[in-house]
Amino acid sequence: MKHSDPKKLLMAKNASQDHFRTPRIASPFQPRIEALMRTEEWYDWAGYKAPLSLWDEELEYFAIRSQAALFDISPMVKYRIEGPDAEAFLNRVTLRDVRKLKPGRVHYTAWCNDEGHVLDDGTLFRLRSDRFRLCSQERHLPWLLDSGIGFDVSIIEETKSIAALALQGPASFAVLRDAGFKNVDALKVFDLAEFEHDGENVTISRTGFTGDLGYELFVDQELALGLWDRLWQAGEQRGLRAIGYAALNRARLEAGLIVANSDFITAEHAIRADRVRMPDEIGLGFMIDMEKPHFNGRRAIQQARVKGGLQHILVGLEVEGNIPAEHAIVYHQGKREVGLVSAAIWSPMAKRNIALASLERPYGDTITGDLWVEIYAMRELRYQKLMKRAKVVPRPFIKLDRRTANPPADF
Amino acid sequence: MTSFDAIVIGGGHNGLVAAATLGKTDRKVLVLEANSETGGAARTEEFAPGFRTSSVAHLINRLHPEVIKSLELQKHGLKLDVSRLMPTTVLSANGAPLTLAGAYGETLVGASKPEQEAWSGLRSQLLRYAGILKPLLARRPPDLGGMSFAETSALAMTGISLRRLGKEDMRDFLRMLLMNVADVLDEHLEDDRLKGLLAFDATLGSHLGPRSPTSLLGLYYRLAGEIGGKPGAQMHPIGGTGAVVKAIELAAEQAGVAIRSNVPVARIIVENGRAVGAVLESGEEIRAKTVVSAISPRTTFLNLVGTREIDTGFVRRINNIRVNGDAAKLHLALDRIPQFSGLRAPELNGRLVIAPSVNHVERAFNPSKYGEFSPQPVMEITLPSLLDPSLAPDGACSLSAVVQYAPYALKEGWTTGKPKFLKAILAQLEAHAPGIGKSIVHAELLTPLDIEQRYRMPGGHWHHGELQADQMLMSRPVFGAEGYDTPIDGLYLASSGSHPGGGVSGVPGLNAARRIIARKG
Repeated sequence: MKHSDPKKLLMAKNASQDHFRTPRIASPFQPRIEALMRTEEWYDWAGYKAPLSLWDEELEYFAIRSQAALFDISPMVKYRIEGPDAEAFLNRVTLRDVRKLKPGRVHYTAWCNDEGHVLDDGTLFRLRSDRFRLCSQERHLPWLLDSGIGFDVSIIEETKSIAALALQGPASFAVLRDAGFKNVDALKVFDLAEFEHDGENVTISRTGFTGDLGYELFVDQELALGLWDRLWQAGEQRGLRAIGYAALNRARLEAGLIVANSDFITAEHAIRADRVRMPDEIGLGFMIDMEKPHFNGRRAIQQARVKGGLQHILVGLEVEGNIPAEHAIVYHQGKREVGLVSAAIWSPMAKRNIALASLERPYGDTITGDLWVEIYAMRELRYQKLMKRAKVVPRPFIKLDRRTANPPADF
Repeated sequence: MTSFDAIVIGGGHNGLVAAATLGKTDRKVLVLEANSETGGAARTEEFAPGFRTSSVAHLINRLHPEVIKSLELQKHGLKLDVSRLMPTTVLSANGAPLTLAGAYGETLVGASKPEQEAWSGLRSQLLRYAGILKPLLARRPPDLGGMSFAETSALAMTGISLRRLGKEDMRDFLRMLLMNVADVLDEHLEDDRLKGLLAFDATLGSHLGPRSPTSLLGLYYRLAGEIGGKPGAQMHPIGGTGAVVKAIELAAEQAGVAIRSNVPVARIIVENGRAVGAVLESGEEIRAKTVVSAISPRTTFLNLVGTREIDTGFVRRINNIRVNGDAAKLHLALDRIPQFSGLRAPELNGRLVIAPSVNHVERAFNPSKYGEFSPQPVMEITLPSLLDPSLAPDGACSLSAVVQYAPYALKEGWTTGKPKFLKAILAQLEAHAPGIGKSIVHAELLTPLDIEQRYRMPGGHWHHGELQADQMLMSRPVFGAEGYDTPIDGLYLASSGSHPGGGVSGVPGLNAARRIIARKG
């Protein structure tokens, strides 16, 4: 670019770099969300302006559990992975055996670096035999592209071009049916299928992050608003509510689901050498398939399993009382510090005080008794220190039959 | 289906050293060579009717004494006559030449008295410092993860030898370690010819100019080599470097090693994270407990093993190895012995270098950074048939030269670039040996692209990867495969792409075999 006039040069420079004018990206659903926003509680989700809550966190949570809730998941990082080697490629990158994932199915998976430390967890959608969508918390394009060396596969980031919604809650099936999506009842949990919207396709999967009956919908971003309106209209009689992340976070904790960089630090983000985690250390060991062909981190994981290199464990805790133990230190016998709570709430569904915690083995593994959490409850500028008993309990904390019931119930 | 204890892929000198060393332990060993002849880039080849030459490597200056001793190479026909050490002469188009006689200039002929003294001081200093690095360049690189007692004490010995230098010398050693050669030369010397030569030697075979940081390391690497206990010495073996390879091959055969040629390997069989054999391009499958890859590490992992069997981070590192060569090889068949201005017989039998000054070398380097060859290239020339008349017909003469800079990825492409580069080289030669052009019967120029294709070395780099600080020791070829063993169980690396690097030393092959033996592989 040649400009002799410094003013013109500056203008050209500004025109080519105007990202600073919108430090938060707007989702394709932003006009609808803005219109419903009452609390102005926003947060940053992967660079997007996303609602933490829209009107009332508590009631938004109950919309998930007793009505139907609409949550914008467009900021979720999405990759389209296709080609003759797509299956082999994903099998090398991720922990689970992708050969077992049939077209039209979704599975929850995770992936590691060479050292066997988790880079992220996410969901893998098999759209066709040679086409996948990988959804994740963090961005991984360089990693995926470098992983593609030697594979006939194309990897395209489609976070911006694909809009996505999570429709969750007992009435979610009824909303979809009333919105005119035929045969959604045929979808079993972790199934996906294509449906028609505005003459185009919308991919609907029976998946979600709530442990409840629920669906996720993916469309081209140009169709986003039309899709929202279609659901919104159908949901009017079903108590459909738009919700923010705070409500979803409660639901996911009840379901025992973990969040990257909240319940564990991803390998690319960890600055301190001891903060990285292997799948076995964050409850994802079940994904590891040592029988399938080579995958990233396999040697390191195997070695850690054999040589006792696993130092941590992620557990579900039930804490006595009703004060959430968020970020509380966990003690053994009330003295020895053995870990930290990463997320905690009073669960309205379980009627229990629940938490996720990372403990140092053998605590939480072979030694599970006599655990305590120290809760600092701020009471009018003074901490009230509470030492509460904690019990290791299985996850999920709640199990809802309607999540997997076939056909899905009509509420 | 036959089964072996070990398969060695690549019958270059390192592959043969590894095979022979393993063979001597009663292992059943098979060498697979893609070419019709063993020796790789160190074989002796006919390039014109009646004219034979050492292919890429044309001098012997670092064949390791432990390799010679443990394989009893002298018993197998290796002749390294210390009385036949080659001097090095810096040519000068219009002045007097300068000669480093003996082992890397034990005496300096043609320089002023003060310069001779300055050289003598610098030479012993450089040799002292190269001596510190020498053990590091012989053993397996230090294992940062966890070293055995023997390894730790070996490393400690390096520390002790450093202390033995004395305070001042130790300080200077550390100060100079990563310096560029030009600055070091300016601190000590005056004579442009001498400085030009040392600048050339420090950067020979690297993508570095004398003023590039760390370029002094190349000189240390050269001086860490020796012949008959004389560091820095060089010679041309009777029969060319191929004769050295033949001696190693004979040692291997005596040790019961089977050698097959014309059998390019298509892939290494990996089962459950373990290398268990190789499949030839013909489809034949050969199984073995251990697979030794004495070829390019890049080819080994990206092509033979394949990225599916290794982790992404490791692939990234392998993919990032800088393997693009910047040196070409010239072979001339001459109908008579060329006359180099001002040179007599003993010098003519030595190594002749065209590198008149540091600036000249630096200017020759500059275009290569931008994908162009040097219009006034620098080079080292030998006339092998003067030392070994069997290499050329009676009365004729062969010339072998390493010429730089010739970037692998030449911007205009080597199809059109090669004739132009040859012209530039011949013009340079003509200036120093008037009339040489008319005596050329045949000329063969191997660009890095040719070297890549002919010797199966990606990038055409004779070290199988740049030999610079970031690709040395435990970073050679990459972290994760630095100790000859690799992330694939049972797969070992043994080429010059591994520590310590290139030159006909046999050390990577020897170390790899010793590692295998130590791990009972």
